[in-house]
Amino acid sequence: MLIKKSSDISSSEITPKSAYLSRRKFISGAVAAGAALAGGVYLREHVGSSNTVHASGAKLSGIVKSPLSTSETPTSFKDITNYNNYYEFSTDKYEPNGLAKNFRTRPWTVAIDGMVKRPKKLDIDSIMKLAPLEERIYRHRCVEGWSMVIPWVGFPLSALIKAAEPLAGAKFVAFQTVLAPDQMPNQKESGVLDWPYVEGLRMDEAMHPLAIMAVGLYDEVLPNVDGAPLRLVVPWKYGFKGIKAIVKLSFTDSMPPTTWNRMAPDEYGFYSNVNPQKDHPRWSQANERRIGEFRKRPTLMFNGYADQVGSLYSGMDLQKNY
Amino acid sequence: MRPLPDKFVRALKAPVFLLCLGPAFVLTWKGFHGGLGANPIDVITRTTGRWTLTFLLITLSVTPVRKLSSLTWLIRFRRMLGMFAFFYGSLHLMTYVWLDKFFDVHAMLHDIAKRRFITAGMTAWALMLPLALTSTTGWIRRLGGKRWQKLHRLIYFSAAAGVVHFIWLVKADLRRPLTYGAILAVLLAYRLIAWLVALFRTRRAAVREPVQA
Repeated sequence: MLIKKSSDISSSEITPKSAYLSRRKFISGAVAAGAALAGGVYLREHVGSSNTVHASGAKLSGIVKSPLSTSETPTSFKDITNYNNYYEFSTDKYEPNGLAKNFRTRPWTVAIDGMVKRPKKLDIDSIMKLAPLEERIYRHRCVEGWSMVIPWVGFPLSALIKAAEPLAGAKFVAFQTVLAPDQMPNQKESGVLDWPYVEGLRMDEAMHPLAIMAVGLYDEVLPNVDGAPLRLVVPWKYGFKGIKAIVKLSFTDSMPPTTWNRMAPDEYGFYSNVNPQKDHPRWSQANERRIGEFRKRPTLMFNGYADQVGSLYSGMDLQKNY
Repeated sequence: MRPLPDKFVRALKAPVFLLCLGPAFVLTWKGFHGGLGANPIDVITRTTGRWTLTFLLITLSVTPVRKLSSLTWLIRFRRMLGMFAFFYGSLHLMTYVWLDKFFDVHAMLHDIAKRRFITAGMTAWALMLPLALTSTTGWIRRLGGKRWQKLHRLIYFSAAAGVVHFIWLVKADLRRPLTYGAILAVLLAYRLIAWLVALFRTRRAAVREPVQA
């Protein structure tokens, strides 16, 4: 090894005065590039994204509009399906859409077990007929600080729970995502999350009319990337509570484990209700960036559903029960 | 190997400079063509952050590569590479200050104090600032080579703070930040070993000297 102990810097370490680009040029170039970059974003935000027409995906029929929908403008199909957390496929939000393209959603059965009259298996096609399909346009708030407005198609979770016939003593319902490492590349990796992904709700939360099982998006069969064939949507909670590709519902009398809570209990609680006053330890939850908007907007308590769901948590310290 | 002629090195500077600007060009082009996806600000933040770390690591690899090979002329590109680390770092910081916080000083101070990944990131940038300011030949002369070199060792801490910043902001799956961390560890380990070897040689020389005298 050549290690010289030099007392001073050798002349070769100094770029000659006649160096190709002067400092001044470098700085003005940097400023120009920065300004151009910012300008580009501005244009993209203000002129850009039209709602893209999507060809693939079978149309769902007999969808009824719901009074529980928001009148806000839905995020484009393209953005909903191309900016999404689905850690089973990738921890990158842009990748799951491509990686989930060939995910098999048929045949598909959902197991019902735990505190129920009798354990059973329900076929996805019969599940989709449990109740009339409704369009539910909901705000969607990710724990990372971005949000969308999503026109889900689904039915109340309460309809599935009724079909499951839980015992009177059941206080919680636990959900489980399919374990399919041959189709979900990250399920083969260690160090991403503990698989399968699990989530849970208290029974009164699960029975709330706003909680739905989604099977569609924009009047079409749910794209694989959004959790096909069956996913949970609880609009007053952070997005990660909306477990995807569900294969099991278990009824219990004790609070079930949830994946992100197991991963980092001080960052993600069981409830994970949208709460602008309760900061995530690593970032503020006071604001959010609505996809397609330039400036951030304030985050609303329970994601704007406080009037409907606030009573579920009356008397609870939401700083502790986050 | 013969050292590269001065003319050749100078001719190489322009293409290298443009190559280093590449990521910024691509980002800008995509920005104007709706190619940054649903959350452009997020893409800009992550891309500029990644290139900051990448350029820090490239800058830090100049010395080891130069010493372990005969590519001595690489040193003539070190300042430019370091300045690009600062350039991307400043774009990264600007994205935060402008597009994330909209110049809300109160919110930023709150963030710096409360969120450790922001604290680490700010530290990493702040440590680069004096290096960028004293990167001129004039400043090398003013400070004296030895002192200048000592000051510029701050880059080790800047890069380390950058890696910590990356590790702390990731929700799960540390593979990417740990890759940067592993490369940095190798680059710093090289310097530690080089330093120890130099120390050992000086000592031996010091012991031998009286005998020889």
